Amino acid sequence: MSTIDKKQAEDFIESVITQYEEKTYKDRKTHIEVVEPGQEKCGVKSNRKSRPGVITMRGCAYAGAKGVVWGPIKDIINVSHGPVGCGQYSWSSRRNYYNGTTGIDSFGTMQFTSDFQEKDIVFGGDAMLRGLLKEANNLFPLNRGLSVLSECPIGLIGDDIEAVSKDISKEIGKPVIPCRCEGFRGVSQSLGHHIANDTIRDWIYEKDMVGQKFEKGPYDVALIGDYNIGGDIWSSRKIIEDMGLNLVAQSTGDSTFSELANVAQAKVVLIHCYRSMNYISRYIEEKYNVPWLEFNFFGPTQIIKSMRKIAAMFDDKIKEQTEKVIAEKYQPYFEKIVAKYRPRLEGKKTMLFVGGLRPRHTMPAFQDLGVEILLTGYEFAHGDDYQRTLEYLDSTTIMVDDMSEFEMDNFLEKYKPDLFGSGIKEKYQTQKSGIPFRQMHSWDYSGPYHGVEGFGVFARDMDMAINGAVWKNIKAPWKS
Amino acid sequence: MSKDIKVKDHITLFNDERFSEMFERKRELYENAATKEEVAKTLEWTLGEEYKELNFKREHLVVNPLKSCQPLGALYAAIGFDDTMPYVHGSQGCAAYFRSHFCRHFKEPFPAVSDSMTEDAAVFGGHNNMYVGLDNVYKLYKPSMVAICTSCMAEVIGDDLNNFVKNAKEQGNVPEGSLITHAHTPSFVGSHITGYDNMLSSMLAQVGEKTGEVKDRINVILGFDTYIGNFREIKRILGLFGVDFIILSDPSYNLDSPTDGHYKMFNGGTKIADLKDAPNSKATLLLQKYSTVKTIEFIEKEWGHPVKVVNPFGIKGSDDLMMAIAELTGKEIPAEIENERGRFVDAIGDSYYWVHGKTFSLNADPDYAFGLTRMVMELGGEIKHVLLTNGTKDWEADTKALLASCPQGSEAEVYAHKDMWHFRSLLATDPCDFIIGNSFAKYLMRDTGIPLIRIGFPMFDRQFLHRYPTIGYMGGLNLLNWIVNTILDETDRKTMYTTSYDVIR
Repeated sequence: MSTIDKKQAEDFIESVITQYEEKTYKDRKTHIEVVEPGQEKCGVKSNRKSRPGVITMRGCAYAGAKGVVWGPIKDIINVSHGPVGCGQYSWSSRRNYYNGTTGIDSFGTMQFTSDFQEKDIVFGGDAMLRGLLKEANNLFPLNRGLSVLSECPIGLIGDDIEAVSKDISKEIGKPVIPCRCEGFRGVSQSLGHHIANDTIRDWIYEKDMVGQKFEKGPYDVALIGDYNIGGDIWSSRKIIEDMGLNLVAQSTGDSTFSELANVAQAKVVLIHCYRSMNYISRYIEEKYNVPWLEFNFFGPTQIIKSMRKIAAMFDDKIKEQTEKVIAEKYQPYFEKIVAKYRPRLEGKKTMLFVGGLRPRHTMPAFQDLGVEILLTGYEFAHGDDYQRTLEYLDSTTIMVDDMSEFEMDNFLEKYKPDLFGSGIKEKYQTQKSGIPFRQMHSWDYSGPYHGVEGFGVFARDMDMAINGAVWKNIKAPWKS
Repeated sequence: MSKDIKVKDHITLFNDERFSEMFERKRELYENAATKEEVAKTLEWTLGEEYKELNFKREHLVVNPLKSCQPLGALYAAIGFDDTMPYVHGSQGCAAYFRSHFCRHFKEPFPAVSDSMTEDAAVFGGHNNMYVGLDNVYKLYKPSMVAICTSCMAEVIGDDLNNFVKNAKEQGNVPEGSLITHAHTPSFVGSHITGYDNMLSSMLAQVGEKTGEVKDRINVILGFDTYIGNFREIKRILGLFGVDFIILSDPSYNLDSPTDGHYKMFNGGTKIADLKDAPNSKATLLLQKYSTVKTIEFIEKEWGHPVKVVNPFGIKGSDDLMMAIAELTGKEIPAEIENERGRFVDAIGDSYYWVHGKTFSLNADPDYAFGLTRMVMELGGEIKHVLLTNGTKDWEADTKALLASCPQGSEAEVYAHKDMWHFRSLLATDPCDFIIGNSFAKYLMRDTGIPLIRIGFPMFDRQFLHRYPTIGYMGGLNLLNWIVNTILDETDRKTMYTTSYDVIR
């Protein structure tokens, strides 16, 4: 059932974007499309520069490299190399959970920075970086490696972090990995993921590093592209184990250097966030001949579909065990959750604007609960992501790439959805508009949303948001 | 219905046996983790004297600093003006980070545009980004003023704001009669409070118009103060005095706006006409010193009217505030204020038995650190360590003098440029009874077992503390409330299974 009239939506979009400056108007026109189920091609342009002067929801390459890929690896000291700000703003903000003793053998919720000063800009920071890396290694001896994540000034003044890293690595006998993720590079976080993955490739796989030795078996899998927001990867890990498989490495949520190195030791690589890590799976396949598989552990439909897809890579024993666990444990749980929450959510309309993957991954979970999608889009997706999104549509939907705050405000006013799912910067503006909100980058301090238990939390949270008593009290009674 | 299924989230889910076993197996087989003995031994070492010495020898590495960068403060100064768009000239990620940081603290939207400089701007300069950026800003948001600051990228390549703004005006990217203010705010100099100072002083210099006529009115500048309640409190106090005043940068409109079903980007703040007219007030009162160094210097030099700086925390600070208002305006201190003072003293009289002799270590921005140090001593609390990352020499000297003036401060140590990992060593080797600090200080609480009293910025993990005042007698009452009731909570926790678990405290 289409809740949006295509022609009307197109007219409305035109009326919004004509308000931009001329070049911006022309550019934005190519980033928005009203799409329909069954449509074969999505023409939305993506991965292009944001226009100046527009409040974009995007971040930068540093945010992608530190916040997403490197940051969650718990036994590595990630140094934010440059002025204090970038490290400070990304400190502990992404809720990548991990087990370990922080400051001793784990460092995930710490902020290590070179706190660049004016003299470092003038004279360069290489000498300082050398001293810094040694100090870090002395003070935190149980670290398994260090990374140097460069901020804008490093690239501009031309510091040679590669040479410094190489020297110090030799000196301390641990990997020191330079990552040139300066924020001005590229158009969004996405390039940061790519750059960070390239450093993992160059400094771990190209050097054929191996982690902790383990007894290899026929059912070894690695899980990549899950950052363990609110415990997501743990919830997914449980499913993998329930299926009878061994998860020998995970990346990068609650991950260790050893696990990163051992990804290629698995029989199959399973990738959850395709956008952030597809380069790694392709590379592993090419170099080590390990096949990979994209899966989705959001909501019953996709969980069961993905479990069967994964099981199909293995023998009958795994297939049978998978069917057994679905029938005996998961299905009954899903039914209970749906029975409880679907009646409260049926027919509600939502808009989703998240990073590079989650809109299309979570749409089926919303649909499992009877929630319709009015609009969706990505901060930093690429063409293939938009193409893949078409598969999940069940009604006419507005697709927007790199939506600006201005467009968002207009869409909210016009369509008044029952829920908007996006990030912290969008949260309070949406709520001022009287519209319930969930942070879909970080699950709003809740989670997990992946996996079986995660679907229960997801359903509970969406009900909590949409049906919150507060939204009935937005208007003063005398203002009716 | 809700009885049939109970949803467990991360708070309890991962304590289940199944997960604990899974974590153990992962650690054992795949993580290449250090042995538990190694971890325990290293942990013990990091909490000792030898480690402290090594830690304090650090020259380059900074761990868990207590500061952020200049443009963040510049945006905070800008958001306090009516109909004003904060604008970051530089790469877009910075604006995203500043906005997120403020959203997390205030639980409010924080508008700010960026002109999204990328590689080509790094080579050719960011002027074209600014021209198009301003075009879009005026077309979409029609602000009366745009306040431009720089992020470090623009600073490193040497973009000249003055020139760019001039060109933008000449080229028509800026509509006739629109105001643009701008400040260079390199992230590799100072901290967020430096950025606040740079932006505010630039705004005063670029917009203020001295007419020669002196008005019976004072200017008030609160500084980098993230307690929205303080802006309301100072207005209430000045209202009781019956004083005509201008607050220079008042974010309490934009960062505490109502939810009424319609989002508005600009919700009020200091009127631009008032910013223009501010030089003609008869005096300026500042409630922070270290976050307004340049601003103070500018006003003294260019506006030439009396300037008073007070630190309005606790009894003495609030007394100073009231007397400063009286002195600058010639008004009597109202009876109502005197009553408030009496009530505050009364509350301290009722509570100090719990505070006296307890020891405190604290960290904050310089003005807060100074005020809280003095107030804790007024309550009879003893100061052990005061540690800042963005302290200045002046701050250090002032704080040392303050501590030396009072027996409760005689054993205190002061650190102006250390981080929270240094603080951890201090707390571990020379523990205190309570820590005062921001949300990040909760890691110190975990590592040392010392309870935390949350005061400062940022405050991510508690709701709405920033909506209460901390200045004046009423603000003092809030601070007292947070301090003494944390002590009482802790007393309850400690005595829960003893005979001392009293109802009457």
